[in-house]
Amino acid sequence: MLETAPRIVSLTGMMKSFGAVQALAEVDLAVGIGECLGLVGHNGAGKSTLINALAGTLRPDGGEILVNGAAQNTDYNVRRAHGLGIRCVFQELSLCPNLSVAENTRVFHKRLRGLGWRRRAADLIQRKLDEIFPGHGISPHAIVGDLPIGQRQMVEIARAFTVTDDPLRLVILDEPTSSLDAVAGKQLLTFVRKIVAEGGSCLLTSHLLGDVLDYCDRIVVMKDGSVVAARPAAEFDRASLVAAMGNVVSEARIAAHERTVRQRGATPVVVRAKPASQTDQGELIAHKGEIIGLAGLAGHGQTRLLLRIYEAASRKSADASITGPVALIAGDRQNDGVFQLWSIARNLTIRSIRALLKSLLINNHAETDLAARWRERIKIKTPSVDNNILSLSGGNQQKVLFARALGSDAQIVLMDDPMRGVDVGTKLEVYDLIRAEAESGRTFVWYTTEIEELAHCDHVYVMRDGRIIADLARAALTEEKILQASFQDKTGREGLAA
Amino acid sequence: MIAVMTANLSDPRWLRRLLPAASLAIVLIAIFAINQRAASYFGLSLMLQYAVPIALATIAQMFILTVNDLDLSIGAFVGLAACIAGTWLATEPAFCILLLVLCIAAYAAIGALIQLRNLPSIVVTLGMSFVWLGLAVILMPTPGGIVPDWLKALMSWKPPLIPFPILATLIIALVAHLLLMESSIGAVLRGAGGNPRAVDQAGWSLLKIRMSMYALAGFFSVLSGLALVGLTTSPDAHIADRYTLLSIAGVILGGGEFVGGRVSPVGAVIGAVTLTLTGSFLIFMRISPDWQIGAQGGILIAVLALRALIKLKEAR
Amino acid sequence: MSNLQAIAARMGDRRWIWSFLGAFGVWLATILFTEGKGAGDVLTAALSFSTFTVIVGIGQMFVITTGPGNVDLSIPSTIALAGGVAMKIMGGSDGLIIVGLAASIGSGLAVGAFNYGLIRVLQIPPIIATLSSSFLVMSCAISYGRGLQVKPPSSFADFTTAQIAGLPILSICAVLFAILMAIILERTIYGRSTLAIGQNMRAAWLAGVKVERTRCITYMMSGAFAGLCGALLAGFSGGNALNMGEEYLLASIAVVVIGGTSVAGGRANVPGIWGAALFLYLLVTMLNIFGVSAGVRLVLTGLIIIGMITMAGGEKTGR
Repeated sequence: MLETAPRIVSLTGMMKSFGAVQALAEVDLAVGIGECLGLVGHNGAGKSTLINALAGTLRPDGGEILVNGAAQNTDYNVRRAHGLGIRCVFQELSLCPNLSVAENTRVFHKRLRGLGWRRRAADLIQRKLDEIFPGHGISPHAIVGDLPIGQRQMVEIARAFTVTDDPLRLVILDEPTSSLDAVAGKQLLTFVRKIVAEGGSCLLTSHLLGDVLDYCDRIVVMKDGSVVAARPAAEFDRASLVAAMGNVVSEARIAAHERTVRQRGATPVVVRAKPASQTDQGELIAHKGEIIGLAGLAGHGQTRLLLRIYEAASRKSADASITGPVALIAGDRQNDGVFQLWSIARNLTIRSIRALLKSLLINNHAETDLAARWRERIKIKTPSVDNNILSLSGGNQQKVLFARALGSDAQIVLMDDPMRGVDVGTKLEVYDLIRAEAESGRTFVWYTTEIEELAHCDHVYVMRDGRIIADLARAALTEEKILQASFQDKTGREGLAA
Repeated sequence: MIAVMTANLSDPRWLRRLLPAASLAIVLIAIFAINQRAASYFGLSLMLQYAVPIALATIAQMFILTVNDLDLSIGAFVGLAACIAGTWLATEPAFCILLLVLCIAAYAAIGALIQLRNLPSIVVTLGMSFVWLGLAVILMPTPGGIVPDWLKALMSWKPPLIPFPILATLIIALVAHLLLMESSIGAVLRGAGGNPRAVDQAGWSLLKIRMSMYALAGFFSVLSGLALVGLTTSPDAHIADRYTLLSIAGVILGGGEFVGGRVSPVGAVIGAVTLTLTGSFLIFMRISPDWQIGAQGGILIAVLALRALIKLKEAR
Repeated sequence: MSNLQAIAARMGDRRWIWSFLGAFGVWLATILFTEGKGAGDVLTAALSFSTFTVIVGIGQMFVITTGPGNVDLSIPSTIALAGGVAMKIMGGSDGLIIVGLAASIGSGLAVGAFNYGLIRVLQIPPIIATLSSSFLVMSCAISYGRGLQVKPPSSFADFTTAQIAGLPILSICAVLFAILMAIILERTIYGRSTLAIGQNMRAAWLAGVKVERTRCITYMMSGAFAGLCGALLAGFSGGNALNMGEEYLLASIAVVVIGGTSVAGGRANVPGIWGAALFLYLLVTMLNIFGVSAGVRLVLTGLIIIGMITMAGGEKTGR
C-alpha cells in the first residue's frame, strides 16, 4: 500500500490520558481502502484506547480524525461513526441477552421496522452468518442469552457486517478470535480477506501473532502509547514482531520451554475428575507438582470440567475428587473475576482473608503486605495497590487474579483460559511463575485455547463434545496430534479438515 | 410469531412458560371443586371483578421491570388517579382528563430524572409514593366522590358468553403483548433492559426509552385507577395500597424477572388474575380471617416452588 | 498516594455526610421556627425514635448490600410477631426480661432462616420471598397475639425510655451497635464476603467466598434485628401493637439508600444509616411543628427524599 493511496480513516496526533496514565501520546494511524491492518502491542500499549477513539466510544484529548478525508469534530461518536461506515466489534459483547438473534439485528438497524420486520431481520442475519461461518448451526430465533459464548461472538461479528441503511466501509475487530474456536476463527479471517479484496477495510487487533502475520496487509506496532513500527506484514516475522513490541525475550525462549522431565506417578495423585458425559474410563488425573493441560476446540466442556473439580472442594462427588484446597483463575475477568468497586489490594487478598485473621478481625497490615508482596512478584503496573482495580490495564487485572490464586493457600490451581486477551509480555512472566510454583509442589490444571501454551504442560487431555478423547504425554505432544484429536468425532474418524 | 412458537415447542422451557397458566388453572379447579356455583358466568364475574384494575397495574409494573427498574409507587398512583376520577370525571371530564394526562407526564418526567441522574428507582419511586399519596389525601381526605355512570356501566357490563373481566383482561394481555413482544419498537424497549449500553450505542436514546416506559406505566396505572373507580362506590387515597406489591408479585408469577429485560405481558396478566382469584379462593375455603393473609403468602410460595422444580428439571 | 488519602480511602466513601447535613439543616429550620424553644427535646425525641429505625436499617443494609434484588420486606411483620412474643413471654415480670428478649430475637432468627430457605431452596427472588413470608408471619402474629394486651415489665420499659442528660440510653446503645456493625462490615470475613457477593456473586464464589453461608447469616441477622426492634418497641410503647412495624418497611429502605449504601450492592455505609434516620425523623417533626396537614406533610416528605437522592447523584455503574 503506497503512502499516497486513498484512506478510509486517518488519525493524526491522537492524545488521551486517564489521570496520570498517558494512554496515547501523539499517535498517527491510517487505514487504507481495501486494506487489512493489524494492530499489535502489549496490553497497556494503547491499542484499546486507539480503536475506541476511532470507533467513537471514547473522546480523545487531542488529535484529528479524518474519515474519508472529512475531518470529524468533537461530537464524533458511535452513531456518527456508524453513519460513516465504521463498525466495531469489541471483546465485551454488545448483544442483548434477553432478545433473539433476529431481534438483536433489529436493534442494530433502525430500518428494520414495520410489518414483517422479524422475518426480514432473521433473513438478514441468517444470510450473513451463512456467508461468514458456514455450518454455524445458529437459529435466528434463538435467544442470545442461551447461546454459548463462541456462538454469541459469531452473531456479534456477523451482525457487524450486515448492511441496511448505513454503508460498511471499515470494520474494527478487537481480539475477534479470542472467543472463537480454531474453525470459526479461520472462517472469519478468510471472510475478512474477501471483504478486503472487494474494497472494504479492516482493522484487526490480536494477540495471536500468527493470525496477524498471515491475514494482514500491514502491521502497526504500539508500545507505551506510541506507534513504534508500521510496515507491510511481509516485512515482519514472529521474532521481529515480538521484538518491536518491546519484549526482551528471544524467539528461542518462546519456543523451547525448559521443563524437568519427571516420571509420571512419582508424586501422589491430587486431582481426579471425570466429565459428566464421559462414557468410557477416560478421566483427568493430576499428580502433585504437575501442570496438566486441557485442550480441544473452545466450548467443548473444558470449563465445565474445571468447575466440577472446583466444586469437589465443597461437595462430595463420585466424579471428581481433590486432596487439597483449590483455586480457580477465571478467563472472563469481567464476569467471573474482578470486583469492580474494590481496590487492587482487596481484589488480590479476597481468597486469603482467612489467613490474614488476627483474632476475628482482618489484620490491615498483613493485608497490605500480602498485596505489596505480590505486586512485586508478579509485577503489577500500578502506582498504588489501593487504587481501584479498573485503573489497571486488562493484562494487569489478569495478573491480580493470578496473584489472588497463587497468594492463597490453594494447592491446586485451575486455570480457565486465563491468558485470553493478555499480551505476550505478561504471558511470559506468568508462565515462569507457573513453572516455579509447580516446581515447589503446586498442581495446575490449565485449560487453554492457545496450542503453544500446552508446551508448558506435563500432560495434555484433549476434550471434544464434553468428553476426554485423548491423553497425550509431553513427549508425544505435537500441534498436529492435538488438532487431530480436537477434530475427531465420536466414531474416531477425522472431522472437518483444519 | 408462529415460527417462534414452533421453534420452541421441543424446548423444556416450554413447560416453564406454561406454568403461569397452569397455576391459574389449578386455582380455578380448586375453587370450582369447593364451590360449584363459582363455575358460572355470575360466579366468575364476581370473583374476577378486581382482576381488571389489578391486571392493568401489573402491566404498568411490567413496563418498569422491563428496564430493570422497580416501581414502589404504583399503588399510591393508582389511588391518586382513582381520587382524581372520583372528584372530577363525572362533573368536569375534560379537566379530569387533562389532570390525568399531566400525571402521566409527571411519571415520564420521573423516568427522565432517573435516567439523567442515574438514580436508584427504588428510592425515587419510594419518594414519589409519598407524593402521590399526599396529593390523594389532600384531594380526598375521606372516602367519597362521584362515580360517572358510564364508567360504572362499563365495569358492570355483561357481555354474552364471556364475563367482562375475562374479556377485558384478554384484551389487555393482547395489547401489551403486541406492544412489547411483537412490535419492532418493543424489541428495542426490551433490549434496553437486557443491555442498555448496547442499545445506546446502536443509536437509540435511552432517555426516550425510559421516559416512554414510565409514561406507559403511568398510562396503564391511570386506566387501573379508572377501572377501580368504576367498581367501587367511593374511592379514597388508600384504595390501591396493596397494588404495589400485588403488581410485583403478578409480574414475577407470570415468569418475569427483575433484571435483564425478561418479561412476559401475557404471563403478567395471568399472574394478576391468579392473585385476584386467590382472594376469593381463601374466602371459599373458609380460612379464618387471621390466616387469610398468611394463606395468600402460602399460595405465592407454592406456585414459585413449582417453578423452581421445573427449572431444576430443565437444568438436567 | 499520600498516607492521608490512603486512610480516607480505607474509611470508605463519605456519602453519609449528606444525610447528617440534611438532618442538621432540618433541625436548624425547626428551631428557627420555634425560636429556639424545645430544641433539645426535639433532638432527644429524634434520637429516641431513630434508634428503632437504625436497628432495622442496619439489618436491611446488609441484605441490600448482598446484591441487586435483595430486600427484606418481612421486617414489619417480624416486628409485630417479635413484639408479641416478647411481651407474652416476659409476662410483665422483670425476671423474665432476658428470656423474653431471647425469644423475640429467636423468632426473628427463625423468620430470617425461613426467608433464606425460600430464597435458596425454592429459588424465589428475595423480594417475593420476603413478601410472601411477611404475610405468613403476620398471620402468626395475629393469631399469637389474640387475647389480653400484656404490658412490658417495668424495668424493661424504664430502660427503653431512660435518658442521661437528655440522651436516651437506648440511642447510646444503638450508636455502639452501629460502630460494632461497621467494624464487622470492614474487618471480618463475613463483612468482606458480603461486599464481595454484592459486587459479583459468581466471582465471589470462584474466589473462595462462602456465598450461601454468608447470605444465610445476612437474612437471619436482619430477622434478628427486626426481632430485637420489636421487643424494644413494645417496651417503649407500653405494649405490642400489630401495626407497630408498618412504617419501618419504607423507613428501613429509605435510611439505607439515603445513607449512601449502594442499591446495586457491594458498597455499604453504616454511619449514613444514623444520619438518614435522624434526618427522616426530624423532617417529620419539622413538618408537624410547622402545622402542615397530613397530605402536605406526605408530599413534602416525598419531595425532600427525592431531592436528597437527586443531589447525591447515582452510582457510576448502577441505576
